[in-house]
Amino acid sequence: MQTLTNRAIPVDRRPMTFWEKMYLPAIAKGMGITLSHIFKKKATVNYPEETRPFSPVFRGLHILNRDEEGRERCTACGLCAVACPAEAITMEAAERLPGEEHLYREEKYAARYEINMLRCIFCGFCEEACPKEAIYMTETFAPSNYARKSFIYGKDDLLIPDPKHPITVNK
Amino acid sequence: MAEEKKLFKVKIDNIPVEVEPGTTILNAARMIGGDVVPPAMCYYSKLQGSGGKCRTCLVKVSKGSEADPRPMPKLVASCRTTVMDGMEVANITSPEVLDARKGVVEFLLLNHPLDCPVCDQAGECDLQDLSYEHGVSGTRFEFKRRTFEKEDIGEHIKLHMTRCILCYRCVFTADQLTNNRQHGILGRGDHSEISTYIKASLDQTNFIGNVIDVCPVGALTDRTARFKNRVWFLKPVDALRECHDPNCCGKTVLWMRGDEIFRVTARKDKYGEVEAFICDTCRFEKKEPQDWVIEGPRKVARYSVISQGHYVGVHKPHETVAKVMDGRQPKLLMNIHTVSEVNQPTVDLSKIEGPAHSNDFPKHNGVQ
Repeated sequence: MQTLTNRAIPVDRRPMTFWEKMYLPAIAKGMGITLSHIFKKKATVNYPEETRPFSPVFRGLHILNRDEEGRERCTACGLCAVACPAEAITMEAAERLPGEEHLYREEKYAARYEINMLRCIFCGFCEEACPKEAIYMTETFAPSNYARKSFIYGKDDLLIPDPKHPITVNK
Repeated sequence: MAEEKKLFKVKIDNIPVEVEPGTTILNAARMIGGDVVPPAMCYYSKLQGSGGKCRTCLVKVSKGSEADPRPMPKLVASCRTTVMDGMEVANITSPEVLDARKGVVEFLLLNHPLDCPVCDQAGECDLQDLSYEHGVSGTRFEFKRRTFEKEDIGEHIKLHMTRCILCYRCVFTADQLTNNRQHGILGRGDHSEISTYIKASLDQTNFIGNVIDVCPVGALTDRTARFKNRVWFLKPVDALRECHDPNCCGKTVLWMRGDEIFRVTARKDKYGEVEAFICDTCRFEKKEPQDWVIEGPRKVARYSVISQGHYVGVHKPHETVAKVMDGRQPKLLMNIHTVSEVNQPTVDLSKIEGPAHSNDFPKHNGVQ
């Protein structure tokens, strides 16, 4: 048979000698390899205390952004939802009432905004489609959880905290 | 004996066509169809006297007629210029026309707010299509755009004068379809605006809702569907209703999501013009599926954003869980409505009069 490479070594099938049957030199050789790794650079990091740097193009968990006055930027135009290949984004729009100008930037806003993180593939198309610079992907992982229902992210999970009007969460 | 009419031979972009005398160049081009049809923002074939305002349909007449073969000195508005025998017209074959059209789009967008993310017309807007196809992305306008307050003209119609391109279509509609026009153009030149004289209501006649359909931009929009949903998330369905109004054809398009009817419009042809006008009862008051006989899904052009997600011949996959579990039903399937706040089965957005507001949505953890 023609070999693919010339690196093949035939298996040595001769019976082991007494010296070889004692396994001592083989154990010493193996321990030598193992102990030599103590002095080498570690391949892992101590994860929660230590993190690896993210690449600048990393696409993690989404946030909904606010403008410099703390108003929500999203106008529920639906472009992120139409761009989403996984159809993970849904929203319901509402009209801004007089007196809500400090809450919402435009006359229309997203009263409900949800991202199904079970569906999301973190492709970043929503960020790219957004005409209002409202949705961004951060350098955070979606946290793991036992329950599926905790992966439906609503506006209270996505919106960044407002520096001027802090939200009191009463669960 | 009917006299044999002499047909005029016209060449548009070197495509010959024979048309009756008195036909405009635009209509002659529409008889050919396809790419040679000039775009039109103000001309509306169903409205007499429309056209000549927006200048998007400018074409070059390279040969006036057989008798007088000189070219016309300037580009002409094809919706207002009638053909002559032997006329030769250049539309897309003339770089001059395409360049002029770019300029016209820039002019139309001078004062346009470009609030497409907010506007309900986005996705079916003539100006959006026009500027994508013919326009340039930049503008040379350095001044403040003129702005107006939003106005409720009547119970059902919202006027965003800022978006208006002054095509006069809605004025012609009110003149020709209703017997009592309540709105018109006030002011002149740069100051002209569509308005009613001192906040009159438009709802006094039964056909005024058609101004929403004829509006090429989002200046006149349906208040009953305002901000409810984007057009590309709704499913257009042809529907029919026996309307008691003799002038109403009853043939409409329902914009549905599930069993909810969000919006009723007239059926529009490929030039964005309605096939027949519908009355306000059909448009604003019949929002129940049992009011309508549904004919089938509306054909949407492939390049339109409305066609996204509308697949032909969809096969719904079978539920396989029970089959692989010896007939037992799964016990731990998550019902999305137990978690999700969006599209709750108990809340029908289409049933809310006018746009939804913050008080229509219950607060959740102190956040909207």
